[in-house]
Amino acid sequence: MRRVAVIGVGFTKVGEHWNSSLRDLYAQAVLRAVSDADLELRDIQAMFIGNMSSGYLQAQEHLGSLLATHLGIQGIAAVKIEAACGSGGAAFHQAVLAVASGYYDFVIAGGIEKMTDVRTEYLTSALIMADDQEFVASTGVTFPGLNALIYRLYMEKYNVRQEDIAQFPVHEHFYAQFVEHAQYRYPITLEQVLESTIVADPIRLLECSPISDGAAAVVLCPLDIAMKRRKEGIVEVIGSALSTDAISLNEREDPTTFIATVKAAKRAYRMAKIEPRDVDVVEVHDAYSILGIINLEDLGFAEKGKGVRLVKEGEIARDGRIPTNLSGGLKARGHPVGATGIYQVAEIVKQLRGDFGKNQVDDAEIGLAQSIGGVGGTVIVNILKRIR
Amino acid sequence: MSIPSPPRAWREQKYRYRLVGVKCTRCGLTYYPPVVVCTKCKSTELTTIELPRKGVLLSYTIIHYPPVEFKEYAPYAVGLIKLEDGTEVIAQLTDIDFNELRPGIKVEAVFRCLKTQGEEGIIEYGMKFRRALEE
Ligand SMILES: [Zn+2]
Repeated sequence: MRRVAVIGVGFTKVGEHWNSSLRDLYAQAVLRAVSDADLELRDIQAMFIGNMSSGYLQAQEHLGSLLATHLGIQGIAAVKIEAACGSGGAAFHQAVLAVASGYYDFVIAGGIEKMTDVRTEYLTSALIMADDQEFVASTGVTFPGLNALIYRLYMEKYNVRQEDIAQFPVHEHFYAQFVEHAQYRYPITLEQVLESTIVADPIRLLECSPISDGAAAVVLCPLDIAMKRRKEGIVEVIGSALSTDAISLNEREDPTTFIATVKAAKRAYRMAKIEPRDVDVVEVHDAYSILGIINLEDLGFAEKGKGVRLVKEGEIARDGRIPTNLSGGLKARGHPVGATGIYQVAEIVKQLRGDFGKNQVDDAEIGLAQSIGGVGGTVIVNILKRIR
Repeated sequence: MSIPSPPRAWREQKYRYRLVGVKCTRCGLTYYPPVVVCTKCKSTELTTIELPRKGVLLSYTIIHYPPVEFKEYAPYAVGLIKLEDGTEVIAQLTDIDFNELRPGIKVEAVFRCLKTQGEEGIIEYGMKFRRALEE
């Protein structure tokens, strides 16, 4: 297996891009990533595109050919990768394999979701397609509804209060103020979170990731080629793993632990030859506040039931022990579903390059990005390291 | 919202009209929905069984912003239910005051209309759960 590097990143602002089509938004991100890598589009040999719902939301499938054509690079290998909300993380994992195997040298892992094209109730239908249609979605449950079931089980099992869990989005909004590409660049208070509309009891609106448009792309190549082309800012992919779990909560022993996170993290840590304590900066998949807490635990940063302490005690702050979601996370940077996993990787790369502005973690060397599909039916963990 | 499909509605009746799962004949584990290989012992010898209709509520939520095909029914409650044999199911809760909802209450399956499938109006029936009548 060859060692793999990320040599370019690019993304659009996350938000409501009423004037941009899916293909235009995606092309912006790719052009920025290729330029950042100091390459030409003609150098690209393969492209993996993370996207969940283009078939339903835009009535558009076949994104590989469509987007390669729009970029003028038809002829390359290009396919859509779908793993619900984890599509971006899965696309990155596939790109890593494609370069590591020796099959391709220059590969793009991209992600795109255009969510504002339809009314909310259609989006709600699109998102529950992440779970079992015949046996779960048929009950009328929504995606926030499934997370609400987990939320209540978690509070009861570990005797944790909503006031503590709801601190997670407050933390993220604070940091999003300083992130140019974030969707919501303003702080919120705990009171505002707890008084916001109930979406799926007990989950409140300000505990939910928003409806977002966005596209992100990264360029990967073998580490030795990266070292020849770049003097600095080289970031190696030292761990990449994808794991699945039973798709629905009722088929799991304990829905408050995401076994797919535990398994993917274990494999990625082993591959990277590191322990959780070696990680300097993290982006977790906090589609809902409760997931922020559960993810910190399942990735090995806190014992089960103790995740809220990391938030309370400032451990996930920029100068804490395990700085987390300094991008604003899914809640405040935004969650253009299939693109989110690529945004996370791009943000970690920028942290490791020392290029993350006011939220830069001092001397960050190792970063981790976690991407979740569905309610933990798929989890991807990617670990990156700065090479000096 | 899925495309209205008479064959699909017809095919799924078998599972919707009764609570049907499978049981591994080797290790005894039950599954809902039915699987073809036992996760635990990898046996492919699973037999169809009718699951118990009574159970206990483990967790619940109240849906205020429903998917498009459930728009007219909101708000409604959905629960994670442990049946008497240990099998777990997710189901809509019906005939229940939201204030009575709490983990631990006993519930039982009842036959109800689930939704109307799209503009073409296929009406889908299936199981919902209500608070068990005798406690
Ligand atoms: Zn078995």
